[in-house]
Amino acid sequence: MAILQFATQALKNLFLPPVTTSYPASEIQYPEGSRGHVEIDIDNCISCGMCVRSCPSNALAVDRANATWSIDRFDCVACGFCVDKCPKKCLKMVVGYQTPEFEKSVATYKKSEEQLKKEAEAKAAAAAKAAEIAKQKAEAAAKAKAEE
Amino acid sequence: MGKRSVIPFGPQHPVLPEPIHLDLVVEDERVIEAIPSIGFIHRGLEGLVKKKDFNTMTYVVERTCGICSFQHGMGYCETLEHIMDVEVPDRAKMLRTIWAELNRMHSHLLWLGLLADGFGFENLFYQCWRIREKILDLHELTAGARLIFSVNTIGGVKRDIDEDKQRTILETLSEVEKELKVIEKTFFYDYTVESRLKGVGILSKEKVHELGCVGPFARASGLAVDLRKLEYAGYSKIDFEPITSNDCDSYARCYVRLKELYQSIDIIRQAIAKLPADKTLSTPVKGNPKGEFIMRVEQPRGEAFYYAKANGTPYLDRIRVRTPTFANIAGLCEMLKNTELADVGLLVLTIDPCISCTER
Repeated sequence: MAILQFATQALKNLFLPPVTTSYPASEIQYPEGSRGHVEIDIDNCISCGMCVRSCPSNALAVDRANATWSIDRFDCVACGFCVDKCPKKCLKMVVGYQTPEFEKSVATYKKSEEQLKKEAEAKAAAAAKAAEIAKQKAEAAAKAKAEE
Repeated sequence: MGKRSVIPFGPQHPVLPEPIHLDLVVEDERVIEAIPSIGFIHRGLEGLVKKKDFNTMTYVVERTCGICSFQHGMGYCETLEHIMDVEVPDRAKMLRTIWAELNRMHSHLLWLGLLADGFGFENLFYQCWRIREKILDLHELTAGARLIFSVNTIGGVKRDIDEDKQRTILETLSEVEKELKVIEKTFFYDYTVESRLKGVGILSKEKVHELGCVGPFARASGLAVDLRKLEYAGYSKIDFEPITSNDCDSYARCYVRLKELYQSIDIIRQAIAKLPADKTLSTPVKGNPKGEFIMRVEQPRGEAFYYAKANGTPYLDRIRVRTPTFANIAGLCEMLKNTELADVGLLVLTIDPCISCTER
């Protein structure tokens, strides 16, 4: 047994640079694939609600009528399960952790007007097409009946 | 015979990061009996099975503990895999082994630091945590987060460790090994450390067996229990022997954990060498589980026990997690008998208590 076993290392440590990063003065380098926070490509979202049902901490909410997707970033545990579950792959995990805030808030994302317009047009076109097909069918049925 | 009095220890105490309360019956400065009480931070994680489906529960169970999160996730997934009869790909099993050992290393380094802090060696405390930082960086590199891995899924794992990352792991482990030699010398041969640890808190092998103690705490008393020998995950292909000591004191507990760090490094090296070339990471799981199963895994702190009962719906009937600290509290109270009051703080640390884990 000896005393001052650690002295050499302790003296060395005096001249070593700090192991920690002096955040936020210097920038942090996150490795690729670090699960920082969830981001959404809202225009691709179909408001199916799979992410809401999969979320372990109930941080997500989807409003189908208003076409919004919202997340309480302080409830989110960044597990990435919603990203796996999303059928349209519009959710993704990106680097950068949630920053401290003075108040808890819910971030809400709404589809852009252009996208909404596009979707409305697509919906109208689909409805028109469906009506056309229904009309054709009805005509065919009427014709068949007349032939009988 | 002196006058007996009761001194409350905790739930708030400098050595305790989490709340546990002990009523210490003391006679002069000597502890006669310790009566524990837990239940300050019960969170009801097990009750959540009624509200969350079995896939989502993976992420809930994993958050039982911040330190051994990977093993919790792995234990739960392996339980469900057995119930659903899913064959996990070999690569996933080996990856689980690598992550489990990285997790063990970070936990042991954390404990060594806390121990050093417990006996008042601040410098050594920071040195241990300085080394731990490298392991945490490896966690973030491979799993995407510093503590909570979230890579386990029922049927396998979600991420791969490619060759670049394997190389980084091996390089970092070589550096860590070198740095461990420095702290090892201090923990094993320093006079001040020895005077605080040697002969303190002796618990015999018979008592350890009788009280059902687990993990490094039991191994330090000569009981060679290591559940990795049950060959879950990829441990069937790994060659290792449980590390034990016959000294039965706090010094032995420190010895076992420090030696286990080297063992973990060795296991990771073996696992990386034996990583199968087939890159399949998970088997798709269909349907809902039905049946029940008991699974035991070796966590950094000892044996963790998982029980799950499923009824064929997405919601399980019951899960039960028994964590190692719960098993070791009986041993702790026995060990505290006839010790000096001044040693109690240190002795509570030597079982590596994780109270949030215990109360789930």
